Amino acid sequence: MIVAERKPIEEIMGFVRDFKKIIIAGCNECVTVCYAGGKKEVEILASALSMAFMKEGKELEIKEVTLERQCDPEYLEELRGFIYDYDAVVSLACGVGVQFLAEKYLKIPVFPGVNTLFMGVTEEKGVWSERCQGCGQCILGQTAGICPISRCAKRLLNGPCGGSTKGKCEINPELDCAWQLIIDRLKELGRLDDYDTLIPIKDWSTERAGGPRKLVREDLQQ
Amino acid sequence: MNTKTPSRLEKILTSGNLAVTSECGPPRGSDGEVITKKAEMIKDYVDAINITDNQTSVTRLCSLAACIRLKLMGLEPILQMVTRDRNRIALQSDILGAASFDIFNILCLSGDHQKFGDCPQGQNVFDIDSMQLIQTVRHMRDEGKFLGGDAIERPPRMFVGAAANPFADPFEIRVRRLAKKVAAGVEFIQTQCIYNLDKFEVYMKQAGDRGLHEKVYILAGVTPFKSAGMAKYMKNRVPGMDVPDEVVARMSGVPKEKQPEEGIDICVESIQRLKELEGVRGFHIMAIEWEEMVPEIVKRAGLYPRPKIE
Repeated sequence: MIVAERKPIEEIMGFVRDFKKIIIAGCNECVTVCYAGGKKEVEILASALSMAFMKEGKELEIKEVTLERQCDPEYLEELRGFIYDYDAVVSLACGVGVQFLAEKYLKIPVFPGVNTLFMGVTEEKGVWSERCQGCGQCILGQTAGICPISRCAKRLLNGPCGGSTKGKCEINPELDCAWQLIIDRLKELGRLDDYDTLIPIKDWSTERAGGPRKLVREDLQQ
Repeated sequence: MNTKTPSRLEKILTSGNLAVTSECGPPRGSDGEVITKKAEMIKDYVDAINITDNQTSVTRLCSLAACIRLKLMGLEPILQMVTRDRNRIALQSDILGAASFDIFNILCLSGDHQKFGDCPQGQNVFDIDSMQLIQTVRHMRDEGKFLGGDAIERPPRMFVGAAANPFADPFEIRVRRLAKKVAAGVEFIQTQCIYNLDKFEVYMKQAGDRGLHEKVYILAGVTPFKSAGMAKYMKNRVPGMDVPDEVVARMSGVPKEKQPEEGIDICVESIQRLKELEGVRGFHIMAIEWEEMVPEIVKRAGLYPRPKIE
C-alpha cells in the first residue's frame, strides 16, 4: 500500500485559514489502512480544525466526505454535485489522490492533508516500512525476494557495503541491512552461490529517471 | 613484465615488489598548497598517493583537481571515485578528464552515505555501484568504448583498484564479495584498516583457497592510532571497523604523551607480521591527518627505499 502520515494541524490550518467553507475528503484505500486519511481521520481532523479555529474566534464550516478511492475518476464524480458550494478541499488521500481530485475540479483549490511517504507494508500494528520504489524492472528474482533498491540506503545492486554491522545499516542502527537479509535468505534457500553473480548496470529509464511514466493497455481500452 | 597500463603502481606490483601507497585528504577550501605540502612529506616513501573523494561525505576540494596537482609534481596519483555523487555520464566524463592528464590509477568506491557528511539533506545518486564502476573503467579501457557503445578516442589507461573491508558483516561473504570484485575486473585492492590480524589471516586464507591471490594484488590497509581515544572511537563508532580489545588496552596502557609512539609501534609491528602473509602484495598506509609519520612507518617497517621503476 501507499503509506502516508497526516500533516501537522498547524500546516493544514495555514492552508484553510482564509476560507469559510471547506471539504475534508478522505479515501477508503491505503490511507485508511495506515490510519492517515480514512473516514475516522477525516472526523478527527474536522473536529481538531473546528476547535482550533474556534479558539481564535473564527468559524469554519466543514463537510466531511470519504470516497472509495481518489485515484479513480468514477469515485471522484461523487463530489460533482456539491464541491463548488465550498471554498477549498483538504484531501487526506495520498499525493496521487490529491492531484487527481485537483485535476478533475479545476475551479477549487485542493490542499494535501497528509505527507505521502512510501510504498510499504504493515510490519505490525503502528509500524510500516518501505518495500518498493517502483523502478519498473523488478529484480526480486535475483535478490532472494528482498529489494536492495528500496531497502539499501545506497540502493547497491551488488552489496553489502563496508558499513554493514551486525545485520544493521550504517546510517541507522534500527534499520536492517538489506544485503544481510538477502544473504541470510539465500542461505536459507540453499542458494548462496546466487550471490556470486554480478548484477549488471541497471537501466533506470523505467524509473523516475526516464520521466513521468504511463501504462497503456490497449486490450482494456474501449 | 606484463603490464596493461603505464601505471607505476602496476609495474611495481607485477615486478614482485611490495608496494606502498598512502593517501592525502584534500582541504575544505581552495588552497591547493595543502595537497602539495602533504604530498611533499610522503612522496619519497610511497609509490602512489590516493586522493580521497569527499570522504565521509564532507564536501572538499575535488579528488580530480588534487590528483592533477600531484601529477604536475611528477607524482603518481590514485584517483578515488565514489558513485554516490555522480551518474554514469559524470563518472565517465571525469575518468576521461583524469586520463587526459595521464592519471593511471583509479580506486572505485560506492562512498559513504551522505548522512555522515555536511549535506545530509542532499540527494545521492548511486546510478551504479562500486563493482559496476570497476566494470565501467575496464570497459572503457579494454574495449575502448563508452557504456553507451560509442568508441572512445584515446581510451583511458588506468590500473583499476577497489576497496575491500574484510571486517564488515556478514564475515562469511567477505571473500565472496572480493571474488565478485575480481570477476568485475579489479586489479588491485586496498583493504580497510587492519587491527584484527587474526581475522585478517582467516580472510586471506579463504581468499587464497579461492585462488584470488593470483588474480588481484592485495594491499593491506593500516592506520596508526594517535591516541587511546582514537582507538576507542574507531572501535565503537566507525562502522565496519574491527579493533580488538587488546589493541585498545595496549594504547590505554601507556601515558598520554607516549601514546602516539605506541600507535606507530603497533602499526609497524602489524606491517611486519602482514609482510609474511601469503597474498599480501603491499601496504596502504592511511595516516589520517598525520601524514608526517608515513616516512617513519615506511622506514621502520623495512619498506624503504622504494624501488626505482620507470
